[in-house]
Amino acid sequence: MNTLSILNLLAGLILAPLLPGIINRTKAVFAGRHGQPVLQTYFDIFKLLRKGAVYSRTTSWVFRLSPVIGLAAVIAAMTLLPALSAPAPVSFAGDLILFAYCFGLLRFFLVAAALDTGSAFEGMGASREVQFSALAEPALLLGLAALARATGSLSLTGIFSASAGPSAGPALALVSAALFIVFLAENARIPVDDPNTHLELTMIHEVMVLDYSGPDFAIILYTSSLKMWALGALLVNVLFSFLPLHGPAAVACVAGSMILLSVLVGIVESIMARLSLLKVPQLLAGAVAISVLALTLVLRFTS
Amino acid sequence: MSGPAVIRNGGKLPLSQIPVLTVSDFRRDILDSVSKGARISALFGSPTGENIRLIAVLAWRDTGSISVLSAPVQKSYPALTPDCPQAHLFEREIFEQWHVMPEGHPWLKPVRFPDSEKTSDMGVTNFFQIEGEEIHEVAVGPVHAGIIEPGHFRFQCHGETVHHLEISLGYQHRGVERSLVNGPNSKSLHFIETLAGDTTVGHATAFSRIVESLAGIRAPARAQVIRGIALELERMANHIGDLGALAGDIGYLPTMSYCGRIRGDLLNLTAMLCGNRFGRRLVVPGGVGYDIDSENADKIAARLKSAFRDAESAIGLLWETPSVLARFENTGALSRETAVKIGLVGVAARACGLQRDVRSDFPYGIFLLSHIPAATWESGDVFARAFVRWQELQRSYKFILEQLAALPDGAVRAGENPPIASGHLAVALVEGWRGEICHVAITNNEGRFLTCKVVDPSFHNWFGLALALRGQQISDFPLCNKSFNLSYCGHDL
Repeated sequence: MNTLSILNLLAGLILAPLLPGIINRTKAVFAGRHGQPVLQTYFDIFKLLRKGAVYSRTTSWVFRLSPVIGLAAVIAAMTLLPALSAPAPVSFAGDLILFAYCFGLLRFFLVAAALDTGSAFEGMGASREVQFSALAEPALLLGLAALARATGSLSLTGIFSASAGPSAGPALALVSAALFIVFLAENARIPVDDPNTHLELTMIHEVMVLDYSGPDFAIILYTSSLKMWALGALLVNVLFSFLPLHGPAAVACVAGSMILLSVLVGIVESIMARLSLLKVPQLLAGAVAISVLALTLVLRFTS
Repeated sequence: MSGPAVIRNGGKLPLSQIPVLTVSDFRRDILDSVSKGARISALFGSPTGENIRLIAVLAWRDTGSISVLSAPVQKSYPALTPDCPQAHLFEREIFEQWHVMPEGHPWLKPVRFPDSEKTSDMGVTNFFQIEGEEIHEVAVGPVHAGIIEPGHFRFQCHGETVHHLEISLGYQHRGVERSLVNGPNSKSLHFIETLAGDTTVGHATAFSRIVESLAGIRAPARAQVIRGIALELERMANHIGDLGALAGDIGYLPTMSYCGRIRGDLLNLTAMLCGNRFGRRLVVPGGVGYDIDSENADKIAARLKSAFRDAESAIGLLWETPSVLARFENTGALSRETAVKIGLVGVAARACGLQRDVRSDFPYGIFLLSHIPAATWESGDVFARAFVRWQELQRSYKFILEQLAALPDGAVRAGENPPIASGHLAVALVEGWRGEICHVAITNNEGRFLTCKVVDPSFHNWFGLALALRGQQISDFPLCNKSFNLSYCGHDL
């Protein structure tokens, strides 16, 4: 562990709520509106932290515990993430499995808490979330497997500090494409989910957190931002792993690319409509297929 | 007396000329007519001494005529609904208002729950249910997440698939029809204009034509043209708003944001006509309340042109974006047969390929001289309802520009309104932006309204939405709902 690793982690923890703000601002520009402040998520979080929370009488300890566990899981995942050649605060062989399943833990408690409320809406949201993540997870894991095979390392730090060589280029491009779809799906963005809708019947992620208020909801908002940062940073690492950047430049490159990624998400959301829920599995299955192809390429062409 | 009395749209006839049939003849006549292509525009009860007289208003598209027939009933009569589904909501309403039992009605529930004490014996807040291991029920409303009107929706689902949707309304019941009895008075027009605020011009036109017909006067030509312009402006504003809202429901931002703004621009044009964005006090019995001077007409035409240019590019995006079309096509489709059976009207009916448009079928006023062809599409899905709106926008735009350029000279009011005829029935149909608006008035011996029946197009079409949802994904409900965009307050009255 060195100061650079800590700097990388802190950058994520501090800058993550900026991402939804940038996405919304990009969408506003496309829609011909002025849009909300870039810092809106920070304002929301601080506002919510000052408020009291209301709990439904049907909920149990699962509902109250879930936001905290979710936040802890995402921060744990972030400690495993390097910034290109700058190592992660924590790394060990096989940490990429832990990385993927930190999000599994987050999802498990989010879904359990949604079911805990006993609401028909939240039950539907939970069922959709589980269905779609069952398809997004293989895409993520197979993509990581391809990376591990290409670099011969089983830790994220190892993967991104080693150079995979030019022969792995096509595979890396495919993994990036799969990860981008996973990124959109896991973060409840268009074309999978619509974070701006008020229509409970169409929601996935938003409907599961309808019953949260006050500090609990602040934690959930922050957790969502961190999740977006973590998965986004993974994608950025894959995309730029060929760049010979070291030290603070690597950390700055990842942080800067996150902003570009947010703009890209904003553009995607502005130029296309949301998919029908029936079509979402097809998109995610496509991501799985891309990951499988990447893995096949790596197995065939690298030794 | 044999055969029903026949009038034109906006006509009146003395009560004595309305045939009084036995209930079985009445029933047979309606079923015969419906099988020959007539549609029930209104079916309601009117008090006659001790008894209730059922009155049916049938619209014949082929001949452009309206037939009226009646039958006295006491406690009960054999229901029409099993043989003629389009009567189902009317019969529920008759049961609720007059306690006349339509025997054999398959789903007799109150429509608006006006008086909970009297209706508690009706058994009533039951919902049609499906039973089974993995069936679940989703209840939505009456309080919704968005700022919309209250209504309760009960879905019977298997997983994400909706097998049945029951819509329960009545939360906005204000007693509009009851408050019109003994009119017309100074408040009548106000109640009519606000019974469905987004259709102010449509309802005010229908009501004014009823009063004019009963009083034996005619609105001057210039007023008829201004009424036509206002009606089409209302249609344009609402259609643009709807297309924007449809885009919003599928998360397609550009069209949503621009249409929201352009709708406001069009409402402002109505405000230029009369000072109110919804056109209140523009259409009044005897003519219109405000004239357009030529300078204003030019200004309105210029602004309309620029707003339409913006609308053209914003709405054009919808038809060019594959992800939008993928959501619109094959979602919430209704077959033509179903549409005929349940008596669908307006945009929803035309989207099923039915040529149903009061402006061309039962023309009146300016539409006698200047025809707007009915816009139709065959597929009956969300796309069809959106695309019909777009076609109508183009035609209304052309119509308004033509009319603004050729306003006839003369007064805009027919002078002092004479008292209305006693003992008459008058019917007026108007093609509001949602569809056919039907107003029927019956006057008593003192020349006051004995019964006023207002049928908003939503009254016909809500059941269409329920059927469109069958076999659909529950997540597509908001999109289907928006594609019909029916009025809760127009239904609840």
